[in-house]
Amino acid sequence: MTTHDPTDFLYPFIDAHESDAGALLADLATSAQAKAAESVALREASLKEAAPLIDEAAAEMARRFAAGGRLFVFGNGGSSTDAANLVELFARPPAGRHLPAWSLTADQAVLTALGNDVGFDLVFARQLIARAQPGDIAIAMSTSGNSADLLAGLAEAHRRGLYTVGFTGYNGGAFADSPDVDICLVVRSQSVHRIQESQALLGYQLWATVQAHEALQ
Amino acid sequence: MTAVSQLPAQPQLTPDLAADLAGASLTLAQRFSAGSTMWCVAPAFTAHAQHIAVEFVHPVVVGKRALPAVALTGPDLVDQVRVSARPGDVVIAVAGADDRDVGAVMRRAPAWGVTTIWIGNGPRPAVGAADHVLWVDDPDPRLPATGHFVLLYHLLWELTHVCFEHPGLLTAQPECTDEVCITCSDEGRLAEVLSVADGTARVRTARGTETVDTMMTGEVAEGDLVLVHAGMAISRVDEGASR
Repeated sequence: MTTHDPTDFLYPFIDAHESDAGALLADLATSAQAKAAESVALREASLKEAAPLIDEAAAEMARRFAAGGRLFVFGNGGSSTDAANLVELFARPPAGRHLPAWSLTADQAVLTALGNDVGFDLVFARQLIARAQPGDIAIAMSTSGNSADLLAGLAEAHRRGLYTVGFTGYNGGAFADSPDVDICLVVRSQSVHRIQESQALLGYQLWATVQAHEALQ
Repeated sequence: MTAVSQLPAQPQLTPDLAADLAGASLTLAQRFSAGSTMWCVAPAFTAHAQHIAVEFVHPVVVGKRALPAVALTGPDLVDQVRVSARPGDVVIAVAGADDRDVGAVMRRAPAWGVTTIWIGNGPRPAVGAADHVLWVDDPDPRLPATGHFVLLYHLLWELTHVCFEHPGLLTAQPECTDEVCITCSDEGRLAEVLSVADGTARVRTARGTETVDTMMTGEVAEGDLVLVHAGMAISRVDEGASR
């Protein structure tokens, strides 16, 4: 994107005198298109790779929803907002059946009480101890698959008989080998941004496949 | 498989949208360099506002600077932006063109001295409704939930940080330096009414607050938009017409 002349070091303030934005704007637009094309390619590849796992997860989720199960979704930072968007799809969908789903970062009183009193690593596990029942479902959203609070949440969920789905990136991180993750959806990229963009699409497809399942017809 | 499971096509970034993103990013870098805060609103998709804020405040790429961005969520959004934004700040919205709260914020932005960025899809907002309109024409209601909006604000963040590597371009040229100019004085400056008293009103403009005579407009109320010129409110801005 930015090109550096080998002699730039001779003129340390040259950038400070730059006054024509045209070249930069053209570079930015080219870069945006390249990154967007990369994002679309990754979304399509991720969807293709994950399709059998999404079908498997959706079948079990639909069966649990039909039997009265509920969904808890959790993540950190940007992934917590992706978790909230996924919850919106399940609980207040543009079409289809409304299904009981909650984000475990929605209540700052609960989150800060747990973070302050028992430590941040337990903010999701403790909420699941209080709320979860054996027929429920837990989804953890991460780009690394290594966050201690998510792993603790998944372990607690698994212990309580919940069905667990992990969204992750890179090579899957600790989610990939964890016995507490029933289905692990990996977006194979090294970029947190590109991973999150693909995870949104995988989440959407998971929701759509649950909606279409015969157990909910 | 039923219709609900048919995925929307993943849209490519058009050259026009790429150019709009580039322009918005340079503006954003300029505003942040001047000390501005970015206020993020998304009435129908609260999580998008929060994702934008966390992206800028706590970058995923180690070493990139933390920038002041704040999500405003919950009820009374117009009131929240009004009390938060200072002249020079930025408001970024993720919303459809028909969102009433976002429309009201965008109309008031010139009176608050705020630069605006509007992300959405489907029918476009009116020309000039925001300083930077980052729009996908495909009206598919599923677009906000399938990663494309996330891509747009990720790109905005990535490009903004590229702009910081060009310090010479971070000082925006003021568009108007004359005491009297056609764009901001002769035709009137936008103002929002803060309070009214006998024949006058206290109004907020991009320059601060001032008291204007309301003889020409007749009675105005708190929250009304008026054009002011030479100490007078010269006309009322009909918000109904632009809805």
